[in-house]
Formats: sequence, structure tokens, C-alpha cells
Amino acid sequence: MDFFARIGRSIIDNCSTMGRASILFWGAMVAKPQPTKSIPLVIKQMYVVGVQSLLIILVSGLFIGMVMGLQGYTVLVNYGAEESLGPMVALSLLRELGPVVTALLFAGRAGSALTAEIGLMKATEQLSSLEMMAVDPLRRVISPRLWAGIFSMPLLALIFSAVGILGGHLVGVDWLGVDAGSYWSIMQAAVDFNDDVMNGVIKSIVFAVVVTWIAVFNGYDAMPTSEGISKATTQTVVHASLAVLGLDFVLTALMFGTE
Amino acid sequence: MKNLVEINNITFRRGDRVIYDNISMNIQAGKTTAIMGPSGIGKTTMLRLIGGQLKPDSGDILFEGNSIPSMNRQDLFDCRKHMSMLFQSGALFTDMNVFDNVAFPLREHTKLSEQLIKIIVLLKLQAVGLRGASELFPSELSGGMARRAALARAIALDPKLVMYDEPFAGQDPISMGVLVKLIKELNDALNLTSVVVTHDVTEVLTIADYIYIIADKRVIGHGTSEEIRNSDSALVQQFLNGKADGPVPFHYPAPSLEESLF
Repeated sequence: MDFFARIGRSIIDNCSTMGRASILFWGAMVAKPQPTKSIPLVIKQMYVVGVQSLLIILVSGLFIGMVMGLQGYTVLVNYGAEESLGPMVALSLLRELGPVVTALLFAGRAGSALTAEIGLMKATEQLSSLEMMAVDPLRRVISPRLWAGIFSMPLLALIFSAVGILGGHLVGVDWLGVDAGSYWSIMQAAVDFNDDVMNGVIKSIVFAVVVTWIAVFNGYDAMPTSEGISKATTQTVVHASLAVLGLDFVLTALMFGTE
Repeated sequence: MKNLVEINNITFRRGDRVIYDNISMNIQAGKTTAIMGPSGIGKTTMLRLIGGQLKPDSGDILFEGNSIPSMNRQDLFDCRKHMSMLFQSGALFTDMNVFDNVAFPLREHTKLSEQLIKIIVLLKLQAVGLRGASELFPSELSGGMARRAALARAIALDPKLVMYDEPFAGQDPISMGVLVKLIKELNDALNLTSVVVTHDVTEVLTIADYIYIIADKRVIGHGTSEEIRNSDSALVQQFLNGKADGPVPFHYPAPSLEESLF
């Protein structure tokens, strides 16, 4: 009986957590807009979660593009198809690696920082003091961070893909001698703006919502102790990464599954 | 004397544990009221109940005659503009300097110009002796200074009620003296109503106009400092004189020592 009671308790706890997360999401997304106050807060958070993540995105994008260039070349050259390196690198980055790796890096770099920051604000009674000052923490703290994540991640994913394509060019064209004209022109012919670029952007918007939501909720819901914040930060990275990988399959099936 | 806050027969539980059992108190307008009691009996909980952050299981809490537990969120936020709370940790925003922390409620709730906000903030900081520290960040302040900065923020909107949560905890004698003086002087000068939750008996007896002592889920004594000092309740006397054993036992409830050891 204990076993069933534990399963039941776990289901109830998970439903309760989902309920609290939904209430937080709804409250933050529909918070009454106050443009003069909200816009500067969102811009500040875009700097924190977006601009400060740029370095890791640029470096990772460059190396992933370079690795793809090298791996792609070694396979394609066997079939005399090394001119197709450009579309291979570009399509892989725009459709999959750009949105997915950016979301994973974002969860590790910005997501964990958001959770820890909000959790510490809770532990040091800053969220309570906002409440007591008649300021809604969902509007003042959660909403700007949520919107900043949603705006930043698609931009970061596009930057990641662009730098990756340049990385592929660096290895494929500049090092291994693939023709530069073929690299760019076949890529231009093969990549469709709506099917490839926009679907990648849609993916990264979905990942942005999910990752940022998980990050801010884990911080807001954290036990206000050092152990609680540590647990919440770990949960953010684990849950967000799993959610991104799971959702990627669903979105890929919906976008490209019937081609 | 008119009551600013009336706590009428409230019962409050955390899970199965009863924190307050049918407790009543009145906070008189313009006075300093102290709520005292041993650690862990839920003194801070009382402030959160008054502030509407928690709801009682039964009973009512009135602020200027309006029921706090039955207010909707908007009414509660409107009501909170007339009350403020000094948290034990100060709860200053760590990403803002002292000036911006004090200016925060003014920027959120008023349409005053930055020039006027600057004047008000500097006057509030002058009142707590921290005008010179306006550019410092919370991480650069001592514990006592952080509480004084938080006090300046708490009085920024000239509230009717200021609630102090353990303002003297962990303070050196000088900081404690400064805080005692500030609480008394600000209460008198700004015609505030103050509620001080503490277990520092000596300090609070010098500034409180009225005192409630809470223990065992109920009010065990109340009155002026003189009446409390002369109380014939053994529980009150144990608390005032800091006796290790008495009605509040030294030992946490446990089976007998023989039973545990053998």
C-alpha cells in the first residue's frame, strides 16, 4: 500500500507543481503592461540573459560549424560531393543544431543564473518585501525575465547558426579547399527561407518559452535555503534540457516529418 | 484611542500545527506596540497576517476598519501602500544602491519628478543617518546600516503603519541603540503607528507604549511596560527574566532519559 500511496503522492505533487507553474506563467504573461517601467526592465534583462550569453554562443557556434565542416567533408569527399558541404552545414544548423544547442547552452548559462537569482531574492525576503510594498513580483521580477528570454533566444540561435556556417566555411573552404562559390551558391539554392529558417526560428521561440519558464518557476518555487536553491538550479538545467530534446522531436516531426 | 489594526479571534494553522488559537489584539493608532514571545511561536507570522501575506483559518484582521483577509489582490495592494514592513534581513534589493532602494517605492507608486524624489530620498536617508551612504550597495553596508537603509525605504511613502520584524536581532550595542532611538523618534515625529516584533526585552520595554506577550498559541499577558513588569503570571516572569526553566520547559518534549538510554 505504501508503494501505491507514494505513487499517488508523487502524481498529486506533480499536478500541483504544474498548476503553480501555470499560474505563474499566466500571471507573468498577462501582467498589466506599464511601458515606461517594463521596457527598461526587459532591456536590462536582455543584456543579462542575452548579451552576456553571446560569448558562449559565438565560441560554441564557431566550433560546431568547424566540426561539421570537417566531418561533412570527410564523408562527402568519398562520393565526390564535397560541393554539397554548404547546404549540409547550413541545413543542419538552421533546422536542428542552432535552436537545440542554443537552448541547451542558454539553459546552462542563463537559465541556471535566473533560477539562482530569483531563488536568492526569495531567500533574502526581497520578493516578500516587493509584495509588502504593493508591487507584484510577477510583474516586476518574473515578467521582464520571461520576455527577455523569449526575445533573446531566437536571436542567439540565429547568431549561432550564422557563426556555425562561417565555421564550416573556415574549415571546408579555407582549409580543405572546397570551392567557395559552390559552398555559398548551392547553400543558397538548397535553403528555403520559410521551411528552414523560419521553422528554426519557431523552434527556438518554443524552446525560449519553455526554458525561461522552467528557469523562473524553479527560482520562484525554490525552498528558500541554500540546499533548496542548489536543487532548483540543478532542476532547471536537467528539466530544461530534457524538455528541449523532447520538444525538438515533436516539432521536427510536425515540421519535417511529412516531407 | 482609535485602533489602526484590530485582530479579532484569529486562529491560524500550518498544516496540523496550531500557531494561534483564537487570539485577539489591538494596535492603537500613533502608538508603538510590541509583540514579544519566545523564538518559534510565530511572531513574524503575525506581521504576515496583518500584511495580508497569510490568511487566518478563522477570525478577522481589520486595518482602518477594513477586513484584510477578505480583500481582493488589488484592494490589498492599495491597502499595503499605507503600511510597510522592515524585514529581519533588511531585504534591500541587491542590484540597486541605497539611494535607488529608498527611491523604489516612490518611483513605483507616485508620479513625482526625479528632482523631487531625490529631495525626499535624501531627507529620509538623513533621518536614519545614511545620507552619506546613498551611493553604496547593500553588500557594502554593515548589518545595522542595512536595517537603517531598509527603514528609510519603509518610511519613504509616509505609511500609517510600520511593522518591524526582529529589528534588534544580531546587532551590536551601538547599532541596537541607534535602532531603538530611530524607532521611537520616527514614530513620534512622523505620527506613525509601529508594531515591533522582538524578544529583546530590555530594549522594547523602553520604547513600547503597549506590549503583548505571546506564548503557547495565545496572548499570555498584555499591558503597558509597567503592567508587564508587575505581572504575576509565571510565564511572563520567566520570559522577562530569561529563566532557563519554568512554564516553558528547558527540555524539548521527549521520552524519559532512562527509556531512551536503556
